[in-house]
Amino acid sequence: MAATPLLELNGIDKSFGPVQVLHDVGLSVYPGEVTALVGDNGAGKSTLVKCVSGIYTIDSGTVTFDGNQVAIHTPRDASALGIEVVYQDLALCDNLDIVQNMFLGREKKRGIVLDEPTMEQMAGDTLASLSVRTVKSLRQLVASLSGGQRQTVAIAKAVLWNSRVVILDEPTAALGVAQTAQVLELVRRLADQGLGVVLISHNMNDVFAVSDRIAALYLGRMAAQVKTTDVTHSQIVELITAGRSGNIGLPPEKPSDFGGEIVDITPGGDQ
Amino acid sequence: MTTTTTTAGGVKVVKPTVGSHINDYWGRVRGGDLGSLPAVLGLVALCLIFGVARETFFGALNFANLFSQGAQYIFIAMGLVFVLLLGEIDLSAGFASGVCGAIMAILLTNHGWDWYSALPAAMLAGIVIGFVLGFLVAKFGIPSFVVTLAAFLAFQGILLKLLGGGKNISINDTFVLKLANSNLSVALSWAFALTAVVLFALVQLNTVRTRAARGLVTDPMGIVLMRIGALAIIVLVATAILTQERSINPVINSVKGVPIVAPIIAVFLVVWTFVLGKTTYGRHLYAVGGNTEAARRAGIPVDRIRISVFVIGSFMASIGGIMAVSRANSVDPNTGGSNILLYSVGAAVIGGTSLFGGKGKAINAVVGGAVITVIDNGMGLMGYTAGTKYIVTGLILLVAASVDALARRRAASTGNR
Repeated sequence: MAATPLLELNGIDKSFGPVQVLHDVGLSVYPGEVTALVGDNGAGKSTLVKCVSGIYTIDSGTVTFDGNQVAIHTPRDASALGIEVVYQDLALCDNLDIVQNMFLGREKKRGIVLDEPTMEQMAGDTLASLSVRTVKSLRQLVASLSGGQRQTVAIAKAVLWNSRVVILDEPTAALGVAQTAQVLELVRRLADQGLGVVLISHNMNDVFAVSDRIAALYLGRMAAQVKTTDVTHSQIVELITAGRSGNIGLPPEKPSDFGGEIVDITPGGDQ
Repeated sequence: MTTTTTTAGGVKVVKPTVGSHINDYWGRVRGGDLGSLPAVLGLVALCLIFGVARETFFGALNFANLFSQGAQYIFIAMGLVFVLLLGEIDLSAGFASGVCGAIMAILLTNHGWDWYSALPAAMLAGIVIGFVLGFLVAKFGIPSFVVTLAAFLAFQGILLKLLGGGKNISINDTFVLKLANSNLSVALSWAFALTAVVLFALVQLNTVRTRAARGLVTDPMGIVLMRIGALAIIVLVATAILTQERSINPVINSVKGVPIVAPIIAVFLVVWTFVLGKTTYGRHLYAVGGNTEAARRAGIPVDRIRISVFVIGSFMASIGGIMAVSRANSVDPNTGGSNILLYSVGAAVIGGTSLFGGKGKAINAVVGGAVITVIDNGMGLMGYTAGTKYIVTGLILLVAASVDALARRRAASTGNR
């Protein structure tokens, strides 16, 4: 597989006021591979994604893209590099059709007039390249699409712009069995086209079905980044819930981790 | 039925036939996407009722009257369509039109300005008013209902102050008076009608041609020809009626031709339809109305869009004000007051613009304005009092809003919102 990562994060720290959400997080995304990003609620997955996509700025650490160190301050910086995020809520406008949604904010124009034929052709080509054949018309309103079709449109919107890295935030969370299979196939095809894909998921079946590598976050630290073929289902669950599994993962916590102070959090004290 | 498939840039889709196109349309209507359909049906029904009850309703004189009566509502409603598209409301549009009309009248009569400087001054006043309202809504986050309700009261006061405590200022600038009260000559009327039909046909056919040339799905030719035919019939029949002599005493004063307000309405209709349908700005407007968060993430300047709709809203109100002053030959403290605002909001909503944002077209204002005007005019002819007229108009607005809300609920349940 590709030796150099397309996107590499090193020593990322991020705090919101007194709360440090990310501690020294590192992550490597390789072209042509699906990297699954897993972790329990509150582990920092979304924060990490928002740092990469420019919604949050990082406190310290480096982001390397394609071998060059880059600074991402705004979502536009991220899109300019070719990093696209498909959020869980998809960010589609129900009252617009598929083509209008895919080009939203980046419409093609001829003079001052929208160039609808060109946009429709490009949208059709992109959907065809992803082997999507399930929509009746490109001019269907997004409101009339099923959950899986909406996810497809959102993903197609992200790859329309010659993106290099596509980050998918729980793309299968709201889908049925058949639609989940369709979307996972689509995720695999994205990687097969040479893109770096980051898949955030809580569903271990999805993760093992489609990913090449797994990165597990535990309480804001990167517990481990391993090849999917090297680990078992239960090892990943342990990494997510405890931060370590056997000899992989974070070292066991010692009282010194808390600066020597003993904090009594037993409920019920003197009240 | 044979189904030929065509490829739209790689994705296989079924090529529509006349039958499947009508089926699709009916499917959308059943799914809650009604558009102007209820208003058009209502308009036809109302015209038949009033036409049967009073012969004069279909007379050339009354038909021509409808245009100048409805113009103010239609212009204000066109601006309100933009505001409603974002799910906002502008309650001050009525008195904003009064203030702009008063500014024009004062400049013309008291300061001796010419129409070509007084008219732009009134329009500029509209733009400034809209900018202030929009700025307060977008940047301070005050609900538009409150901002424009405050402006509604304030503008009523400004209008009183401008008119020196309620005096009536009359105008005698012939250009301004002609706007709402004169007609095109018969030759010009026909030229205007034929140009409109030919332009519409060219645009429709050109769309089909360019799309077909690139291998994209087009509307079936039968539907396109039906659309062109329908517009041609409406425009040409209306022109034929309006070019008849309608003066009570033709020897003294001949009155015939299309009222000048008709082409003015047509021009604004074309411009705003173009802006909404064919420009990036229009696309972004629908996006903000449909899903503000998605629009923000797509990099659309949401605040600027929000300000711009209030600017367009108040600008169109100023046009409505100019028309009202022209029609009345004067301005008084009630210009733009009483029922003007509610009739205008009613026109937009009855025409099919959603109160919930994201759905609406410029044509809605014209169709809805026609319904409101026909009710007002027809009931007047039948001798009903103002009280009955208000009650009926209120009921119809209520019906339109219910249709909007129910269609939306139905759309949500059929996944066709």
